Amino acid sequence: MIKQLSVFLENEPGRLVKVTRILEDAGIDIRALTVAETADFGILRLIVNDPGKAHRILKENSVAVALDSVLGVEVEDKPGGLRAIAEILAEGEVNIEYVYAFVTRSHEKAFVVLRVDDRERAVKVLGSSSIRLVGQDEVSNI
Amino acid sequence: MYWNKKAETLKPRELIKLQGKRLRQVTKYVYRNSGFYKKKFRELGLKPDDIRGVEDLGKLPFTRKSDLRDNYPYGLFCTGLENIVRVHASSGTTGKPTVVGYTGNDIGLWTEVMARSIMATGSTRKDVLHVAYGYGLFTGGLGLHYGGERVGCTVIPASGGNTARQLLLMQDLGSTVLACTPSYAVYLAEYAEREDVDPREDLRLRVGIFGAEPWSEPMRRRVEDALDLKAYDIYGLSEIVGPGVAQECEEQCGAHIWSDHFLPEVIDPETGEQLGEGEEGELVLTTLTKEGIPLLRYRTGDRTILEYDKCACGRTHPRMIKVRGRTDDMLIIRGVNVFPSQIEHVLLKIPEVGSHYILVVEKRGPLDVLTVRVEVTQDSISDRVRDLMKLEERIKSSISHALGVNVSVELVEPFTLERSRGKAVRLADLRNEGGKKKK
Repeated sequence: MIKQLSVFLENEPGRLVKVTRILEDAGIDIRALTVAETADFGILRLIVNDPGKAHRILKENSVAVALDSVLGVEVEDKPGGLRAIAEILAEGEVNIEYVYAFVTRSHEKAFVVLRVDDRERAVKVLGSSSIRLVGQDEVSNI
Repeated sequence: MYWNKKAETLKPRELIKLQGKRLRQVTKYVYRNSGFYKKKFRELGLKPDDIRGVEDLGKLPFTRKSDLRDNYPYGLFCTGLENIVRVHASSGTTGKPTVVGYTGNDIGLWTEVMARSIMATGSTRKDVLHVAYGYGLFTGGLGLHYGGERVGCTVIPASGGNTARQLLLMQDLGSTVLACTPSYAVYLAEYAEREDVDPREDLRLRVGIFGAEPWSEPMRRRVEDALDLKAYDIYGLSEIVGPGVAQECEEQCGAHIWSDHFLPEVIDPETGEQLGEGEEGELVLTTLTKEGIPLLRYRTGDRTILEYDKCACGRTHPRMIKVRGRTDDMLIIRGVNVFPSQIEHVLLKIPEVGSHYILVVEKRGPLDVLTVRVEVTQDSISDRVRDLMKLEERIKSSISHALGVNVSVELVEPFTLERSRGKAVRLADLRNEGGKKKK
């Protein structure tokens, strides 16, 4: 399980600047991010090296932020890597709500972040395959 | 708790008799001392002697805010400046300020009704009264101040602004009663939370005296919960005297109008006809005892309902059920009458939204579009856009069910809508500005 920050952002110039500056000033390193947007607002999802601290600092700065757990899995950084995971989950009848991925410098591998409708089941079906789940420690120590 | 038990619990018959006597006096007084009213009486063919009691109130001419403005600054004063000891002025959201003057006796009567008001909330000389209304031309600060001193409270004249210092003072001096606008109370609560000040642990507040703007029941509950106090509505307007025209008692069932000094009636704002008990309309007030600038049948612009049945607190003065808004605040959205306070009422019942909101009215093509911009709270955030869109939908449908009008909803970040330190500005009407988008 890895920790994910979800930040509410209005769809206006300068909003991302504010949030990233707060994180920069606190020495937080961003590992991965994605934005889901509507016409008026977006949700910025972040994977960082120190989610607890980032959450606290953002809250102190009156940023609307939530801290959740999401699935992190390791895949081979080569064609077909993501397909393998998607297939296992589909066979296990687990629906993926959103997914994003990032590669690391020192690794031959990529990390995939998954939000699914049934996390327990997802852990079970992935666990019984050769896929390796990733914890927050590994993300923090990249 | 009474300040003046005799006056506050006067039997209805005696109250009417007293009002009648004072109405006759004030009618004669303005006829003699005000060119403005003399002219109005002549136009109506009315003689002061035609007014024999409260039943003749409807014969008197109305006075409007525009009359004060047209006779700016001193035109409606009934006595020379040598008898005026103080002047206040209302900002006037539109145009020139309105100037009012007080004789020494007027200050005395104002202090009297403020003392009644403060004690009606259960506050006494043992209380530390923190006055965070602005001091100055605005009547809020000095009104509470004089009343507080008369009761014997320990008055802290904090005035507006510098929230950090206000909070520090309240903590260190052990304030037990807070007087300010309801929107400032909300702001103080938010500020305290951000600064890790827990009202339950670090503050000793038990009573809030909040007024100068309309606020809804859900807002009351939120402020009471956030600051751990009981919140009471105080009503007033500078044209009549300032705060202390009416005050909620510990029963919290509408503000008692101190009707031995301010005679109330409710009228249909369209036709000017008097309405009966329980009917909603515009509040009209006649000052019975003022000398500096007595006003007959002043159109307050505030919409309310008057209730005359006896209150459990023992006071016999009529209660005004929470002001629903001002007649001039009423929006007409695609033919539906909408009061901003009605929207507040619906909005603040939804726990996932913050206490700050702004209503934006725009013209899109031929249609009026009302957008409710409201702040999200920490608790409403989710990693799924869907959850927030559902929240938007819920707000929309709650408002449309309650008011019969469709609105758009925009969620905005916390602490991004402007906080008012005085009266809250909750409405941006852009219908005459080419419909450009405004933050």
